[in-house]
Amino acid sequence: MFFRDQSEMLPERPAPITEVGVIGWLRINLFSSYGNAALTLVSLALLVLIIPPFVSWGLIDAQFSGDSGAACSGIGACWAWLDQRLGQFFYGFYPADAHWRVNVTALLLVPALLYVLVDNLPGAKFGRWFSYVYPLLAAYLLVGGFGLEVISTDKFGGFMLNMVVGLTGIVLSLPVGILLALGRQSRLPVIRLLSITFIEAVRGVPLITLLFVAIVLLQLFLPPEVSLDQLLRVIIMVTLFASAYMAEVVRGGLQAIPKGQIEGAQAVGLGYWQTMRLIVLPQALRISIPGIVNTFIGLFKDTTLVIIIGLFDLLGHARLLQTNPDWIGDVDHEAYLFSAAVFFVICFLMSRYSVSLEKQLSQDRH
Amino acid sequence: MAAPSSTRIEQLGYLWTDERLRGIAFQVLAVAGLALFFAFIIWNTAANLKHAGLASGYGFLLDPASFDINQRLIDYTSTSSYGRAFLVGGLNTVLVAALGIAAATFIGFVVGLMRLSTNFLVSRIATVYVELTRNVPLLLQIIFWWVVILALPRVRDSISVADVVFLNNRGIRLPQPIFEDAFQLILALFVAGCIGTFVLARWARKRHELTGRTFPVGWSAIGLIFGLPALSTLFVGLPVDLDIPLLGRFNFEGGFNVTPELIALWLALSLYTGAFISEVVRSGILAVDKGQIEAARAVGLPPGLRTRKIILPQALRVIIPPLTNQYLNLTKNSSLAVVIGYQDIVSIGETVLNQSGQALEVISIYMAFYLTLSLLTSVLMNWYNKRTALVRER
Repeated sequence: MFFRDQSEMLPERPAPITEVGVIGWLRINLFSSYGNAALTLVSLALLVLIIPPFVSWGLIDAQFSGDSGAACSGIGACWAWLDQRLGQFFYGFYPADAHWRVNVTALLLVPALLYVLVDNLPGAKFGRWFSYVYPLLAAYLLVGGFGLEVISTDKFGGFMLNMVVGLTGIVLSLPVGILLALGRQSRLPVIRLLSITFIEAVRGVPLITLLFVAIVLLQLFLPPEVSLDQLLRVIIMVTLFASAYMAEVVRGGLQAIPKGQIEGAQAVGLGYWQTMRLIVLPQALRISIPGIVNTFIGLFKDTTLVIIIGLFDLLGHARLLQTNPDWIGDVDHEAYLFSAAVFFVICFLMSRYSVSLEKQLSQDRH
Repeated sequence: MAAPSSTRIEQLGYLWTDERLRGIAFQVLAVAGLALFFAFIIWNTAANLKHAGLASGYGFLLDPASFDINQRLIDYTSTSSYGRAFLVGGLNTVLVAALGIAAATFIGFVVGLMRLSTNFLVSRIATVYVELTRNVPLLLQIIFWWVVILALPRVRDSISVADVVFLNNRGIRLPQPIFEDAFQLILALFVAGCIGTFVLARWARKRHELTGRTFPVGWSAIGLIFGLPALSTLFVGLPVDLDIPLLGRFNFEGGFNVTPELIALWLALSLYTGAFISEVVRSGILAVDKGQIEAARAVGLPPGLRTRKIILPQALRVIIPPLTNQYLNLTKNSSLAVVIGYQDIVSIGETVLNQSGQALEVISIYMAFYLTLSLLTSVLMNWYNKRTALVRER
């Protein structure tokens, strides 16, 4: 018999031990070649050099209680200030007995955002209305009036100030940005030229110059009897700044809408504004949401620039702590690392959200 | 004959349904509105300036500045004019932007490639770096690095690197190269090497196209550009002296000092922008069609050539436009220097503003400066795009 009997299959053999399981994973991902193995070892050495000392400095040797920097040994990190200062980092100089107003505003933000961003929630119709009313409600809660004690905006500070400036800026810049984007696409040459000039001029200069305009020039532009609140001035300039970026994001969305949509709308007799409002914008804005979220992340990080014009946001309070006589020299890194962690968590979560949304959108289109 | 007046009014009403006319009317209204807005602002500004007793105009730029600038690339004393101070500031902005762009590009390409690595650890470390730097405000990072440098040991206890470079809370002290006359020879050889390489590369490409024979351009380029000058040092010796810093009574003598502000700003800008550039690089390389690489492999191109001739040219076409955008962002972000007192154009402008009160003029100078940079970049960008755009055969 020269041939093996073909009717019987050979028994399955297990995969070689070097290809599966932990060893296989290590081999493929870390030691696939000499060069790769060297890279792995260098990376491991780097991690060993950085992580254990950092952990022992930040947690194990760290000091968590005490009234001033004197309580800290100097070997580990000094977190003793958290107890006294955490409130200021989040609420600024907002009166302590009114902190609940900030908390309620922050809590209500959750449903207000959800009803805008997520479809098919129960009570969507009422929810949408709530989202639209929320900014007014938030302003009422934070500033006061009509029965609530009025709290001047120069008491706003800490992380809450970052949130107020960032969120107000993004909410107000959305409609302005949409108008600018439509203007840039308009068939009317004057409108197009004006929109392009505004968008490119604002995108061409740093935010800091606009903040200088808010502080030193805005007062010059207005009649002497009009005096704007400093926070309001900042918000105006931040809105103008963000709307130029928003316009470019929305333009990307507009350009992705097939021409047939507009022609179809015209064929059934819709005018320009109807076409835009009912047909083009709903689709374009949907595509633009990841870009809008990214713009918000950028703007949110940029809200720290308010310290340049003398407002105290989270970063401002970190600076106040670092230069405070009780703590000076003991919290140089800690104050900033803490603020960085707060920003990181918020921005990282938002960027994850934006990425997942983008994936979802690109799946929907295929 | 119907009543003519009513028809005319009706006709006037029809005008509103004429799209072209409506468009014109809308534009006229927009321009009129804008003109009114500006008139309002100018009117107020003029009135406010008059009230404050301030003269407007750029004449103040010729007045003596009477403040010091500790970091300057050109001659400047406190008797120099405001205009000169602005020039020093502008150059300082360009300096930190150029240093930052070089470092950020390097970091960006290295980290971008690291993220694409098949090595699990390497790609994860790169990801952690990118996420950490991208999601923390740049201003915070600038201040953080500044504080880190200011917390370094005092001059007396400087950390020394090989006794040539010294790190302390006043920055970095570097040896200063002093060039002797013979250095011109080396410089000339270097330039000659560059020209030679250029000619050689053209000849090699032509021969390759005609005959298919290749020539090791890369190695000969290294030989020409670096080998020739190196060889000449055997005869004339190294015509560069290093002025090495020495610890004197109060401070170092000799060498030159890089201020903590410049280091902090440069570090933060390059690390921050480097993270963004790495994303640009990564997506650019991922955008190259897989079939291209497979085809290159199929026709037997070695890995080096594959990267150089197939992947890079196609990836760069995707990478360059957003990369320029990042360069521009870095330049604009360098204005955050004002927080730590690095004397860039914004920081100096602020001093000028506080001294002279010429707010309108100072801010217009800021904007003109940054807008010029942006416009120049976008002109260059358009030129590049036109040059590298795909030539489609019809």
